[in-house]
Amino acid sequence: MATLTLRNIKKVYGDVEVIQDLSLDIEDREFVVLVGPSGCGKSTLLRMIAGLEEISGGDLSIDDERVNELPPDRRGLAMVFQSYALYPHMTVADNMAFALRLAGVSREERMAKVGEAAKILHLEPLLDRKPRALSGGQRQRVAIGRAIVREPRVFLFDEPLSNLDAALRVQMRIEIARLHNSLDATMIYVTHDQVEAMTMADKIVVMNAGHIEQVGSPLDLYHHPESLFVAGFIGSPKMNFIEAKIASVGGDGTKVALSDGTKVAVPVSGGGMSSGDAVTLGVRPEDLTAVANDQATGGDLAGRVVVAERLGGETFLYTEVLDGQTLNLKGPGAMTYRVNDAIRLRIDGATCHLFRDDGKALPRLARNPMADLDAEPVAPGAAG
Amino acid sequence: MALFRRETQRRVNTLPLVAPSVGVLLIWMIIPLVMTIWFSLQNYNLIVPTIRGFAGLDNYAYLLDDPALWTAMINTLVLVGSVLAITVVFGTLFAVLLNQDFWGVGAARLFIIAPFFVMPTVSALIWKNMLMHPVNGLFAWITRSLGLPPVDWFADVPMLSVIIIVAWQWIPFATLILLTALQSLDEEQKEAARMDGAGPLSMFYFIILPHLGRSITVVIMIETIFLLTIFAEIFVTTSGGPGLATTNLAFFIYIRALLEFDVGGASAGGVIAIILANIVAIFLVRSVARNLDA
Repeated sequence: MATLTLRNIKKVYGDVEVIQDLSLDIEDREFVVLVGPSGCGKSTLLRMIAGLEEISGGDLSIDDERVNELPPDRRGLAMVFQSYALYPHMTVADNMAFALRLAGVSREERMAKVGEAAKILHLEPLLDRKPRALSGGQRQRVAIGRAIVREPRVFLFDEPLSNLDAALRVQMRIEIARLHNSLDATMIYVTHDQVEAMTMADKIVVMNAGHIEQVGSPLDLYHHPESLFVAGFIGSPKMNFIEAKIASVGGDGTKVALSDGTKVAVPVSGGGMSSGDAVTLGVRPEDLTAVANDQATGGDLAGRVVVAERLGGETFLYTEVLDGQTLNLKGPGAMTYRVNDAIRLRIDGATCHLFRDDGKALPRLARNPMADLDAEPVAPGAAG
Repeated sequence: MALFRRETQRRVNTLPLVAPSVGVLLIWMIIPLVMTIWFSLQNYNLIVPTIRGFAGLDNYAYLLDDPALWTAMINTLVLVGSVLAITVVFGTLFAVLLNQDFWGVGAARLFIIAPFFVMPTVSALIWKNMLMHPVNGLFAWITRSLGLPPVDWFADVPMLSVIIIVAWQWIPFATLILLTALQSLDEEQKEAARMDGAGPLSMFYFIILPHLGRSITVVIMIETIFLLTIFAEIFVTTSGGPGLATTNLAFFIYIRALLEFDVGGASAGGVIAIILANIVAIFLVRSVARNLDA
């Protein structure tokens, strides 16, 4: 279908540069998710690809053809909007066939294509309804159907699930992933929800303040974040950050000391660092363990539970350690700690990350095998 | 139990609470209506005060026999229909234009809305004496400088002249209503249409016009109410002439009542005007109300 190349893309509003010098390659049939906090420029980037925003500088190519100046409808793209943007006065069928109608496709052919798309999305009984008679999830499917009917080279999604309730969001997530497999289409998907990013993407592009922080597969980003920002953004609950100082640098890793003197050995290369340098130690809540007092060793942090969130299957503990720093811990649902209980936390250095004071991560000595696992294809029929 | 009690409490008799205001409204409406109908059944001409008494349907028979009434009715419909068509078309175009961002859009909006704030007699006088006057008027000056003979608007095309003046006053209203409607059109919808390949014309026809449907209905309904009773513009410019060329029902009743002093005949004309307004209203509601339920 299509490859997309962005070279030194820029977007300027007045004298504000919202996107500076951004380059990105999107392979054929890839599911790329642009993710980042509000205002990081991800939606602007998507709208520039769509042709709804002018590109201030750089080249955008689809299949090696520069399309900067092409109007949106001639780029061979289809977009699903956050508000769905269905035409309220047209029936579902007319909504889906609108692009074909404008392109002068005959009525029979239009209806055939709409019928096909409706079958894929289970919309057949709704074709004669107006959008206002549909539920949120149905509207969402019509919006996707409108995109499918055009047989675009690239699908663009602008936070399409953010207006749905949680259960429907999970279902639509699976449906979109299945659609991607069955259509073999290149898809670009913008979201601020990292669960959507982790579950659907072949490739995640983490954006921050108008530039790309890191590009990689979901597990690559999870296990090998290149910066403090990516480490904090990917993973839920958020990674814990603890101030530390380098204790020693060796060939088999780097040892850091926490403010209370606790030493943690992290298997990252400490090249260029020397003892005493300030670093940030990153620990994911799922890598922290609570240890009973009788099993305590010198390497544990003593603290106090501040908030306990029990979800049934798992428990999140917010603890206060090391003079007021908060550490989050994700544990099994059977944890019995209560608020104000004393707790000892064990940090497993093997799973920790170290970040220099400019926010860059120290490279790990070995790659996590999970990070190179290819994304599992979703079996057809999984969504039901 | 608690639920039951609450339900019974809610079943309050509301009639005595609403009755006073409904009563006042009813009297307010009924007294003039009954008096009009009563006068329309009387021989009551101020010039011949000696002839009084019950006339039965004589006033109506006399009126319906009068070709002037039919001319007035047709004039009313022509005036209302033409002004509606002109204001809706130009109102839509101006609204689309003013919804764009261009240099001086604020001033342009002000100028297009301004005619609405000029009172009808004043604007009619300006049109009559400064624009359409065959000697002093701007239009005459333009045609003269082109070497053409000036048009004597109110003598040659009186109805068209009145239509132009009234439309000029009502275009701002249509523009204003339709502009606010346009501003509520979802930007993402327009963007979706752009992605679907809609150019400016198909965007207007497929997206903007259907979106404006309901507001156009509102404009038509409200304007019709006011256009059926246009009086000041005709009074100031043509006085219903030449002949009966610009006499609408309102002016016809005025002639009967205050030029011929025939109270009975004028009242009968008023009743006929009420009937005409209701016929128009029924057609209007039938044809456009579909747009309103949504």
